[in-house]
Amino acid sequence: MTATQDRPAAEIGKDRRRKEDQRLITGRTRWTDNITLPGMLHLAMVRSPFAHASITSVDVEAAKASPNVVAVLSGKDFGAELGVCINAWPITPDQKTPNHSPMPADRVAFAGEIVAVVVARSAAEARDAAELVDVEYDELPAVIGIKNALKDEVLAHPDLGTNKSALWVFDSNEVGTGSDVEAAIETARTDGIVIEREYRQQRLIPAFMEPRSVVVDPTGEQITMWSATQIPHILRFALAATTGVPESKIRVIAPDVGGGFGGKLQTTPEEWIAWAVARRLSKPVKYTETRSESLMAAHHGRDQVQTLTLAADKDGKVTGLKVHLDADLGAYIAVVGGGVPVLGAFMFNAIYKFPSYRFECQTVLTNTTFTDAYRGAGRPEATYAIERLMDELAAEVGVDPLEIRERNWITHEEFPFTTVAGLEYDTGNYEAATAKARESFGYDALRAEQKERRDRGDRVQLGIGVSTFTEMCGLAPSRVLGSLDYGAGGWEHASVRMLATGKVEIVTGASAHGQGHETAFSQIVADRLGVPFEDVEVLHGDTQIAHKGLDTYGSRSLVVGGEALVRAVDKVIDKAKHLAAHLLEASEDDLEYKGGRFTVAGTDQGVAIQELATAAFAAHNYPEDMEPSLDADATYDPVNFNYPHGTHLCAMEVDTETGAVKMRKYTCCDDIGVIINPLIVAGQVHGGLVQGIAQALWEEAVHDDAGTLVSGSFVDYLLPTSADTISFDVVHTDEPSVCTTNTLGTKGVGEAGTIASTPAVVNAVVDAIRHLGINDIQMPCTPERVWRAIQGSKAGGATETPPDAMPHFAEGEANQQSHEGALDQDGAGQ
Amino acid sequence: MIPVKFDYLAPTSVEEALAALGEHGDEAKILAGGQSLLPVLRMRLNAPEVVIDLGGISSLRGIRDDGDAIVIGAMTTHHDVRDHALVHEHALLLSKAAAEVADAQIRHRGTFGGALAHADPAGDLGAPALALGAQFVIQGPGGSRTVEAADFFVDLFETAIGEDEILTEVRIPKHTGWGAHYEKFVRVAHQWPIVAVAATVKGSIDEARVGLTNMGSTPLRASATEAALAGATATEEGVREAAELAAEGTNPPSDLNGAADYRQHLARVLTARAVLKAAGA
Ligand SMILES: Cc1cc2nc3c(=O)[nH]c(=O)nc-3n(C[C@H](O)[C@H](O)[C@H](O)COP(=O)(O)OP(=O)(O)OC[C@H]3O[C@@H](n4cnc5c(N)ncnc54)[C@H](O)[C@@H]3O)c2cc1C
Repeated sequence: MTATQDRPAAEIGKDRRRKEDQRLITGRTRWTDNITLPGMLHLAMVRSPFAHASITSVDVEAAKASPNVVAVLSGKDFGAELGVCINAWPITPDQKTPNHSPMPADRVAFAGEIVAVVVARSAAEARDAAELVDVEYDELPAVIGIKNALKDEVLAHPDLGTNKSALWVFDSNEVGTGSDVEAAIETARTDGIVIEREYRQQRLIPAFMEPRSVVVDPTGEQITMWSATQIPHILRFALAATTGVPESKIRVIAPDVGGGFGGKLQTTPEEWIAWAVARRLSKPVKYTETRSESLMAAHHGRDQVQTLTLAADKDGKVTGLKVHLDADLGAYIAVVGGGVPVLGAFMFNAIYKFPSYRFECQTVLTNTTFTDAYRGAGRPEATYAIERLMDELAAEVGVDPLEIRERNWITHEEFPFTTVAGLEYDTGNYEAATAKARESFGYDALRAEQKERRDRGDRVQLGIGVSTFTEMCGLAPSRVLGSLDYGAGGWEHASVRMLATGKVEIVTGASAHGQGHETAFSQIVADRLGVPFEDVEVLHGDTQIAHKGLDTYGSRSLVVGGEALVRAVDKVIDKAKHLAAHLLEASEDDLEYKGGRFTVAGTDQGVAIQELATAAFAAHNYPEDMEPSLDADATYDPVNFNYPHGTHLCAMEVDTETGAVKMRKYTCCDDIGVIINPLIVAGQVHGGLVQGIAQALWEEAVHDDAGTLVSGSFVDYLLPTSADTISFDVVHTDEPSVCTTNTLGTKGVGEAGTIASTPAVVNAVVDAIRHLGINDIQMPCTPERVWRAIQGSKAGGATETPPDAMPHFAEGEANQQSHEGALDQDGAGQ
Repeated sequence: MIPVKFDYLAPTSVEEALAALGEHGDEAKILAGGQSLLPVLRMRLNAPEVVIDLGGISSLRGIRDDGDAIVIGAMTTHHDVRDHALVHEHALLLSKAAAEVADAQIRHRGTFGGALAHADPAGDLGAPALALGAQFVIQGPGGSRTVEAADFFVDLFETAIGEDEILTEVRIPKHTGWGAHYEKFVRVAHQWPIVAVAATVKGSIDEARVGLTNMGSTPLRASATEAALAGATATEEGVREAAELAAEGTNPPSDLNGAADYRQHLARVLTARAVLKAAGA
């Protein structure tokens, strides 16, 4: 047995290199696309080039005759066994929800929607044949864009009679968490400050590294689906609920999954089609999307218009906030589609003590790709709005933006604090995080340089942006989800298996897709159970192994899944103690547990827990009142969210001649409670920051008026690389405010960087040129928008730039003339 | 992404390649570094029946001194153009521009000839080639001919290379000792330029050549600026004044990265910057 004494004193807090990285980085592992089964067939999808059209006919004859094609199926070839794509979170009882067939037979509602599937012996043959499927469409008018949708002139789904899906309202005056916001605004109009703004949250594309892929094997007693998904458990439930296959006959496996960022928190048409085809043909099938398909048809994120009214007294103390969101759901209401903007409802008041608050969210349907969760999901949008407004308020009052925040934030003595949105923040210390960030950033020196450049009229101006964010994470207390009409709970499950040799397998219902759970969870178990880190194996993502779980999203895995794990480990220790007392012929009361060993107080007698595992396996000698097993399970339902927070400071240089912006310095001081693995946390923060900065500066999914995705490749959808970012200054508070609602004291960190950074960057850009009369730049802050704002020609740098792509891969250019098949049949191929 | 099926030929001489081209006509496509062709094939925007890979023809690779010019083989990679001593000495502008093409991986694969033959109006090498008065050596069934840069670029993705011809090498008249700068304006590092300006100047300033990238369907010369700069002194004010003329006669595109008027503004600003840097001012 391994000597437990040799292991380091504490795993928690240690910069462990991630043990999963070797296989993930080298690719020597099982991604869905490299699963090959005997007799496996390959699918290619035929997608609509039109945003809205009736399908008048689908001629599959030529495709069927293509070499090695096994079947070509369109919507009318399927019945109820195809199932439907579900919306698990109807936000109001009267929500208008369009029927979402994985493959509609009659009408398509966005460009990229699947109208037929080709099944062939190789992926190449399937793709070749897909170009031969001749679909005839009758084009219908398409509604693109939130403001057009609200007019209800052109309808995304004519049968619904309106594009307005649901209106969700929270009013502090009605709920009793605050006063009447209209009264506050009224007062401020005569005797205070009212700031009214409209901000645009542009549409984003999650752009995970591994495209979505699905394999279905219908042979055997359970039908097995491998999918590049974040949510194997929810996927299994939804397959059972919609396709008539009993849950017990379904096994879902999320093997190693290459990123998700919310983009794989979905139950997809592609999965449902693969499922139906495999069952129909009784053969294993595989479908892996191309990057073009991924950008076009995997769900998009954000896409809101925010209409905001902030009321304050003359000193800049906020008296009320009114928020109206119009949120674009796209063509269908995806699995948690409507719920994403609603999550923001609880975060607009952020770290502040607002006396009154009203939030309305109007969701609308358009003929575009459906939207759903993207890193932060609802909370980045809220944080953006309020942190932009606080900078505007500071400018109005004429004080430093840090000062205006201090006048409004919850002080550290005031925790626990119940907010105007009704949440109870357990701990936090905004003063400490701000002080540390300020110092590390060199705030005063940069402000001095800003003034100097301004005085000198330098071509390059400097701006400083602030974002003091908090978020609710650890989704979620099941009762809260129930009260919001969400279709499931928010608990998590864990099992600990003490193997015969003393090694440990732990099983978690969380489903990692790049986060490093295997390492962090091993560290937790090593410390708590007292076994070496190397002796712990973390299993996840297969419903046959991890039979219970609610998967990974919403910064929940550590704070909810980790707590379930802690509780399961504690149960193991309890059982082991009973066995130890029996074997040591001592009373349980006299046993001490430390470093993986039970010892009898005052003697040198003892036994290691790993030895007890072997003893339980042998079962030669154990107490009458116990089963011969140390294994234990726990299901944990959180009692509250947790509330990481931080102060982010960003310095941006703006070239006033060209409008180009350049990051000069970025400091963040996050308070995320107890840190299990600082290296993993740094990775989450750095990656999160880049994604948030990318929304501020680069990324935007653009559809033209006809509903075609113009930013349909990475040439036009600008994803930054390391060459575009600087080295971030990531610090943490010296004394973290430890979360009080879980044993480990941890808070979520998976989304923090993304939530906090976007407003910090835009605030900095605006701050650099505010003296030129500018108070907003629309995201992404392109050089052209900044330049136009400086020219004063258009408010907010809004442009009427035609939504056209660069011509590198344009169809029909001289050097890339179209070829027969690809383009001459209403674009039926891709 | 999977291209449509094609046959692959790997000739070892230009003659062999030309014969294959002659045989397959417009069903064939030449493959150089593949950095533009392969995305086009994989996105199924084109589907040649035959792909003729020039990678095995060693005579097309390399840079040599040829008296009053240096000669760059069509298959020389961007990386090699950037680093070659002859280019540094006699055509510094090309080295500077090649350094700005895409990223390191693409520079090791993509070729000088391929980029020029592809004639993407946003390609980084057209404007410097034009500014330096490059001569394009094109070989066809009937032998070789030489085309001046001004006649080489015909339109968007269209050059003087005929369907049965191959670009074999490019002669760059020596600009020994000329200062040079390539000012590329992008939003992210690995992007094609929104606008770029290629400037090379003799002395400070006896003569100036200024090429514009992505300001029309082909690379352009900022002739009015060049004229205004000739014999001028490289002061910030003087150069800026001359650069005000840089957008004359341009017809830039409007797309997600900027409308035409913004691009014209950029051309003026970037021209001043490029010329000043080229002049070492
Ligand atoms: C992600 C990405 C980013 C890029 N960014 C930039 C950038 O910032 N700036 C830039 O300038 N370029 C950029 N490029 C393009 C790159 O420079 C290519 O290398 C170049 O455009 C084509 O060169 P190639 O050797 O790869 O040619 P190929 O792709 O092999 O061929 C291109 C075309 O030219 C024809 N052709 C090639 N050689 C000959 C010849 N000798 N005679 C006749 N016809 C020929 C081919 O038939 C084909 O039509 C980028 C490419 C990618 C993939």
